[in-house]
Amino acid sequence: MTGAVASSVTAPVGTTRLTSAPAADFATHLATFGPLPTSNPAVLLSALHDSGLEGRGGGAFPAWRKLAAVPGRERARGRRVVVIGNAAEGEPLSSKDATLLTVAPHLVIDGLLAVAESLNGTATYLYVRSSVLGAVSRALGERRDARKIELREAADSFVSGEASAVVSALAGRRPVPQDRPFLLTESGLAGRPTLLHNVETLAHIALIARFGPAWFRSRGTASDPGTRLVTVTGGGRPSTVIEIGGGAGLNDVFRFAGIDPAGLSGVLVGGFHGAWVPASAGNVRLDREDLARFGATPGAGILMGQDARHCPLTVASAIATYLAGETAGQCGPCVNGLSAMASVLSRLARGERDPSLPAELRRLADLVTGRGSCHYPDGTARFVLSTLTVFDADVRAHLAGTCRKEHS
Amino acid sequence: MNEALWALGRGTGVVALALFTMSVLLGILTRSGRPLFGLPRFALTLVHRNVALLATAFLAVHLVTLLGDSYAQLRLVDFVVPFLGAYKPFWLGLGTVAVDLLIAVVLTSPERASVGVRVFRAVHWLTYLIWPVALLHGIGNGTDAGAGWFIAFAVVCAVAVLSALLWRLTGGFAPLGSVRADLTQGDQNRTDPKRTDPNRVERNR
Amino acid sequence: MTAPRSLLHIDWTACDGRGLCTEILPELLARDDWGYPLARTRGAGSDVPVQERLLDAASEAVALCPRQALRLVLGT
Repeated sequence: MTGAVASSVTAPVGTTRLTSAPAADFATHLATFGPLPTSNPAVLLSALHDSGLEGRGGGAFPAWRKLAAVPGRERARGRRVVVIGNAAEGEPLSSKDATLLTVAPHLVIDGLLAVAESLNGTATYLYVRSSVLGAVSRALGERRDARKIELREAADSFVSGEASAVVSALAGRRPVPQDRPFLLTESGLAGRPTLLHNVETLAHIALIARFGPAWFRSRGTASDPGTRLVTVTGGGRPSTVIEIGGGAGLNDVFRFAGIDPAGLSGVLVGGFHGAWVPASAGNVRLDREDLARFGATPGAGILMGQDARHCPLTVASAIATYLAGETAGQCGPCVNGLSAMASVLSRLARGERDPSLPAELRRLADLVTGRGSCHYPDGTARFVLSTLTVFDADVRAHLAGTCRKEHS
Repeated sequence: MNEALWALGRGTGVVALALFTMSVLLGILTRSGRPLFGLPRFALTLVHRNVALLATAFLAVHLVTLLGDSYAQLRLVDFVVPFLGAYKPFWLGLGTVAVDLLIAVVLTSPERASVGVRVFRAVHWLTYLIWPVALLHGIGNGTDAGAGWFIAFAVVCAVAVLSALLWRLTGGFAPLGSVRADLTQGDQNRTDPKRTDPNRVERNR
Repeated sequence: MTAPRSLLHIDWTACDGRGLCTEILPELLARDDWGYPLARTRGAGSDVPVQERLLDAASEAVALCPRQALRLVLGT
């Protein structure tokens, strides 16, 4: 892969990689990263394999495996492939994809083109939130090789970024998840093999194609190599997006974002469908292995600090109510189960001293898990269960009527 | 011989109407999602289907016998193209219309898996048209239409189907499943939930 | 090696919880709080393992589902 390194530029050092260009325009992009080398499919595949890059949209699926799932079939049936860059970013706590598209749109475009070229892609789409349509369209207009990329506005809902919901939206149907008998890589948009990557994943691919897998792994940990963008919220501050090395300590990340970790009772990792890491766990690393014992993953890099003075159950109840309202409304167990969970959690949060409430929440969480056509109920159940486990002391305080935290 | 065919034709017509009425009733009851008459739901569905098939068989006999009957003066084309009949063309035509539509229902039912639930349901909705048309055909064309027993029979059929239909239109008809269905349908008209900023939930609490 | 299993897949986007499948396959399916089919196998979610002897009943359930929300995926 060393042959791919552009001679006129040096690879970014430190953890500032995706965000290392001083401006978003194409000329600055070329001056910072050099031109995108022509990608040989086999070389790109092996580089991605060696890099260990995992999807940055939340699913953490190895990027090379998605790529490898398509070519054999494509060759066998002579069918062309659809490649989609996904920046729907429906999770309200996340803004890293929008930030990336504002700061470094050309890396995303490069990644999309590299993947499409290696697969002989027939159609390429960028599916982005309305707030960044302008920035992305400007970037696409700056280069000749991006003319075939179709820019589409993402639906504004929590589930809009789910892979089959994106495909539905691009096909002109309702942007909701579907029950699919086939994998998207077998049959997706218009029945073609469809490859969907988060835009941050594509930007990393653009850098790996240039500087190689060894460079990529020079930051991060063995189980979370490279850098990642995280959206950090908490302590009453507006959210910030920062680029960190994989496996960075949670407390260090908060300090870097200007939030004192000492004032937090816990951190919600992975957003509304994530899990809590209690402050008592110390400086836990943002790494798959370290987070596993809390049931969390680095996911899409969403971190929300819970102010120790505020009641976490009140916050969790607001989130559960929001999630119950954001279901696509398609699957009975999810529609009914999520609103039931939200109502039980809100009774607990409001201070109803019924000792059966936590058990009822656990029962409902168990009841909805796995019983939807997407993972929406599973994620919501995970969040609720994590709240009960990590904030057990608060649950007991509520049942005893002794919670003295702020509930407003 | 002719008299026998004539009697058979009339009799099977009345029986077919009775069976179709039962099938329509069972179809509506099946849709409520409740077990009824001590039968589980799937058995109710099977009875609905089998009664409909039996009715179709009686209807076939009704058609064939009357084709052989010189009095009715039927031609094959009258089974397919309505309002061409020699005798009472309008009332006979209603029967033809009902047969044509019924053929669509009967053909799509066993092929439900291949035509898809949407087509199946759309075609099945035709029965709400077929049934009254068939009843009118019986009243207008039937030799026994003036007879007291036939009037009573027609009234009972109509009252039964109409009351089932009224129940179908009330809120308590289907005890389950409506939550999901309501939300899905409402969703299409719903404006997208407003995204504000990442701190929205924090501000709302 | 475990024996290849056949799975009864529930398409929740189509299911209205009408309950026919739970009557035909009481060994496999119960009904949840809202009437939707609930696998008796813990954690089975949307894909319910079907034993060999229940395959016929499962096919029957697929054929009779008023919402066509069931699919039988035979173990190979």
